[in-house]
Formats: sequence, structure tokens, C-alpha cells
Amino acid sequence: MVDDFLVRAILGGIGVALVAGPLGCFVVWRRMAYFGNTLSHSALLGVALGFLLNINLTVGIVLVCLAIALLLGILQEQKRLASDTVLGILAHSTLSLGLVVLSFLEGLRLDLYSYLFGDLLAVTPVDLYWIYGGGFLVLLGLLKLWPALLSITIHEELAQVEGVPVNVVRTVLMLMVALVIAVAMKIVGILLITSMLIIPPATARSFAHTPEQMAFLSALIGSLAVLGGLIMSYLADTPAGPSVVVVATVFFIMALLVPVKQ
Amino acid sequence: MSTLVQARHLSLSFQQRKVLQDVSLRVRRGEIVTLIGPNGAGKSTLVRVILGLLAPDQGEVHWPEKVRVGYMPQRLSIDHVLPLTVARFLRLGGQHSVPQMLTTLNEVGAERVYHAALQTLSGGELQRVLLARALLRQPDLLVLDEPIQGVDITGQYELYELISKIRTQRQCGVLMVSHDLHLVMAATDHVVCLNQHVCCEGSPDTISQHPAYKRLFDSRAAQDLAVYSHHHQCSEHPLPPDSPNTEEVSRHG
Repeated sequence: MVDDFLVRAILGGIGVALVAGPLGCFVVWRRMAYFGNTLSHSALLGVALGFLLNINLTVGIVLVCLAIALLLGILQEQKRLASDTVLGILAHSTLSLGLVVLSFLEGLRLDLYSYLFGDLLAVTPVDLYWIYGGGFLVLLGLLKLWPALLSITIHEELAQVEGVPVNVVRTVLMLMVALVIAVAMKIVGILLITSMLIIPPATARSFAHTPEQMAFLSALIGSLAVLGGLIMSYLADTPAGPSVVVVATVFFIMALLVPVKQ
Repeated sequence: MSTLVQARHLSLSFQQRKVLQDVSLRVRRGEIVTLIGPNGAGKSTLVRVILGLLAPDQGEVHWPEKVRVGYMPQRLSIDHVLPLTVARFLRLGGQHSVPQMLTTLNEVGAERVYHAALQTLSGGELQRVLLARALLRQPDLLVLDEPIQGVDITGQYELYELISKIRTQRQCGVLMVSHDLHLVMAATDHVVCLNQHVCCEGSPDTISQHPAYKRLFDSRAAQDLAVYSHHHQCSEHPLPPDSPNTEEVSRHG
């Protein structure tokens, strides 16, 4: 008989992997890995905000991620500093700010470790609603915008001349990344979320001939990594989130041995 | 010939640096207009303003009627991590059937690469595929930003021939950017020499003799040009410097 918490962990992990894979393809294609990293670091500030305003933590994270995404857009527009510098500053300043704000909240017993590295085995039914609700929204958005997203990934100006509302599509993409980061935090934690977005797509590339195949395989590979990581955690008593990432990385290394298609 | 697009008195500055100064331009149906000028002359900026990708500080872009635009961007670099065939790339531009795509690829001489991955194409093949994507939209106006970039010399000549042929067959207007001096002259009706402002404009033959043009490009390049341009000097095309009765506009020259 499998324990309830394990079932919830499997469902939660796979739920995240199913959307993180296809969405992560765009993170990889559009070179947004560091962008995703910055958003996920800022998620801790969202947690602090959630406690401070006494609102749902996931809502707090989504709000902060969106604010940071907008701020990034403005700072990059100014072109005063290189993108990676701006991203680096925001990533670490928001993480630190989050930690500082959390330290001010009196009477809060907080397991910081679970926020930083995930607490897959403590997934609650409410978490599952968030993961599947948010995941469904993101998959719907991806499905609807798929050709437009591909077009702006290939050439933004060409897409715009051909009638794609580039700014809208790009903003929705950022929104989706923020949402996935917010719901994925429970699974692998702030410091490891980006890995769920980029390792499965990077692995899938070796086997894919089309963008759609790559998205589909990413979801599959991510789900297998979740299963493998949980089994490893169960058998060897390793931390669940990092175990998932380790298994995903093993898949990635194995895929490197396969010659890239096309 | 009906006017497809008319740019009137466009000015644009980036951070106090004037990129376009009072630039006017018109493209008519069935006409090839070529923008030439040195690097940093504002050619691509002008194209982007005309396409509505950039807003001018002053002036306006006027479209007298509904015009379908086919755009071929200057550079397309697709990361290897995105698996994309030519067919898929073409279909992203619109709902095209397979025969439509094959016919258009055939028209630009690239039917062999239909199933190939975009990243494996040579410079010339990629430019032809980009042209095919623009043509699949059945454009009234083709806008080509440096169409011969990354193409070898023979390929450049072929590509200009092809653009000229497409204009004749489809009766579309073409607005083309080039910093190439001589090859382009054979395949163009109207040349606009740009260096922030319009230095001079006119038919290729008149432009090549224009003092403003000669000043802008060194004389050796101008001589190279003479080899390639047609040497006919018929009554419609008197040499410009001392012939004020031509209809060619010339400013600052």
C-alpha cells in the first residue's frame, strides 16, 4: 500500500513536469534560462509578501514574479547595463530582500530549506489544485499561442510584420513562466526550479525532429525524472527535490551520447 | 503605376543622434526601389519605420490602399536547439498548402531544401527560403533588407536577377536595402542614396554619375559600378550633373 503523501508527491511532481517541459522549450529556444533563474530567486520575496499581507503564498509569488518581469523589461529597455548584469542584480537582491523581510516576521517558524530546495513529500491537496489549475491554464495558453510563440522565437520583427501581436505574446509568455515558477516551488524549491524548465527540453532535443516533438518529449522526460527522483528518495532517503534534478541530469548526460538529429 | 507606400518627411533620432532627417520615399506597384548608402546611413532604420516597427519623431508613412507586405529581414539566426525544417518554417508564415510551398520554393530555386533543417542551409539557400516565406503571403510590396547577405558573388547576381523576375511576374513593388554598389544597379528602377538624409535619387544610370553619390562612395567603387550598369544613353536618360530638366530629384548635391 502506497502512502497518501507519496501519491500526492507523484501527482504534484508529474503535474509540474507536464507543463514545465513544453514551456521550458521556449525558455531554452529563446535563451531565457537566466531570466527564469532570476524570477525564481525573487519567489522568496513573494513568500515573504504572502506572509506579510496574509495572502496565499502562491498568489504572492506570482505577483512578485510579474513585478520583477516588468521591472526587467524596463531596465533592459534602457540598455544602461548588459542583460545578464541586470538579471544577476535582480536575482540576488530579491533573494536577499526576501530573506531579510522573512527575518522580520516575528513568531514565524519557517523551514527555509523547504522553500529553497522544495518539499515534494509535503505536497497538500491544495497544492495539487494550484499545480493542476495553473498547469491547465499554462498548457491552454501554450496551445493557443503555439504558432505565435514559435514565430516570435524565430524573428520578432518578421512576426510583427506578419501580424503577430508580439508584445502581447511575449508578455503572456513571461506570465506563464511566472505562474509555473510559483507552482513549481513546492516541488523542487526556488534554487532548482529552472532545472525543471531547461534540463528536460535540453534532453529532448537529441530525439526531436520538430518543435512539437521536443515539447512532448520534454514533458515525458520531466515526468520520468520526477518518478525516478521520488523512487531514489524513497529507497535511499535522499532529499526529494534535488533527487529529481539529479535523475533529470543523468537523463541529460545519457542523451548527450545520442547524436543530435538534423 | 499606383503608389503602394509613401513616406513623407521622416525624421528620427536615437539619443540625440539623428538617424533620419527629412526622408521622403515612394514605392509604386511594379517598381524596384533600392536604398543604398554607407554603414550607419539609416537604411535599415528607414525600412523599419516604413514597416511600422519604429515610430518616427516626425513625418508619416502613408498607405493609400490596403497593401500586403512580404518582409525579408536582414538576418535570421536560429539556434541549433530549435528543431525546425524549411517546410515548418514556411508554414509559420500562414496557412499554406504543400503544393503552394513547393511551387514558391521552386520559384526561388530552393525546392531541394523543403525537408532540410533550417540550420543546415547555406547562406544563399537561407536567403531564398526567406524570400519564399515573404512571397507566400502574395505580397503587393516586398521589403528586402540586404537580401544578398552571406551569399557568394555568383549567388548575389542570381538573387538580384530573381528579384527582378519576381517583380515582372507578380507585378509587386519592391523596396530593397543594399550597401552593395554595382550588382544591384542592374536590377533596380529607382535608387535612393541615403546618408541620414536623401543625398540624391534617380535611375541607376543618373545616380552613378551624380556628384553626391560619387562623394559618398569612393571613386573606385563608382568606377566598378560603371562596368555593370547599362551604357545606353538615350534621350530619356541624360546625364544629370548639368541637366536640370530631368525629373530626378536631387538635394544637397
